[in-house]
Amino acid sequence: MTPRLETLLWIAQRATAAVLALCVAVHLATIIYAVQGGLTAAEILGRTRGNHAWLAFYSVFVIAVSVHAPIGLRAVFLEWLRWRGASRDVALALFAAALAWLGMRAVFAVFT
Amino acid sequence: MKVSVWKGGAEGAFHEFEVPRLPSQTVLDVVTYIQRALDPTLAYRYACRVGMCGSCAMTVNGVPRWTCRTHVDKVAHAERLQIGPLKNLPVIRDLVTDMREFFDKWARAKGQFEGRRTRDRDFEGIKPSSPQRLQVDAAIECIGCAVCYSACDVVAWNPDYLGPAALNRAWTLVKDERDGARLERLRAVAGDAGCHSCHTHMSCTERCPKHLSPTASIAGLKREVLKSSIRGEL
Repeated sequence: MTPRLETLLWIAQRATAAVLALCVAVHLATIIYAVQGGLTAAEILGRTRGNHAWLAFYSVFVIAVSVHAPIGLRAVFLEWLRWRGASRDVALALFAAALAWLGMRAVFAVFT
Repeated sequence: MKVSVWKGGAEGAFHEFEVPRLPSQTVLDVVTYIQRALDPTLAYRYACRVGMCGSCAMTVNGVPRWTCRTHVDKVAHAERLQIGPLKNLPVIRDLVTDMREFFDKWARAKGQFEGRRTRDRDFEGIKPSSPQRLQVDAAIECIGCAVCYSACDVVAWNPDYLGPAALNRAWTLVKDERDGARLERLRAVAGDAGCHSCHTHMSCTERCPKHLSPTASIAGLKREVLKSSIRGEL
């Protein structure tokens, strides 16, 4: 991997960190607010199904996580396991794809 | 005072010596006493004795320090000292480390000035008060003692990491208006082996005997690399 590409990964991680700072705050506030009145699963689904704003927010959240976490793990693998090179990066690309797939599957499960 | 001193190479052990306590005694005084009076085989390195040359750094009670300007009063706990070689560098013998990798990394970080002018042209006028020059001044007084390199966790974890001193040097050149190799240097310090690996633990800044902040220099490099990268120059 070239220094240019490594720099792009760094930028992507910092940018997604900024997105996640907002997303996590909104996510936690929403959870706390939602459980205050004792919402049922049916009531929650009633609010999320077909709600495009909700779909957009959580899609952004999932994509940010899928970009952010594997890049962080790249450094963890290098520094703690001395794992570097193409095998690490391919494994992390697969991990990113798995995060995105699982996350979006969960988002669509309560949207549709 | 009881003083434990590392003897041997990578494999070795701490040997204990009894050293008389004197007023205004430095750690380097202690090591010199041991070599002259107790164990003439002890290997250590020093030159100027006044904090300029950067050759006498050692690990004193677990902390990297310049020994010539470290008073025993300040670092001896319960009248005990433990003196070892710098960490993160191969030990040659006793308190002497092999500093080749440390300085090779300065070269890898493109730590050489590259003038843009030929000898036929006049000097380039740089105002001491210019913002660029003030940033250089804040980082320029490095004496190359490797205390920061020895204190850095990232160097310990990732042996390819250029380290605080080399990156600090690169920063002083990136901000030098006379230098003509800005982009090559930014390419040299970007990525996994360079500024982007810094975790901002600030051990280098905490330990630098010249009170420089390599952390701030590395943060500056990150900003410059980011700007150049957005402009598509890298």
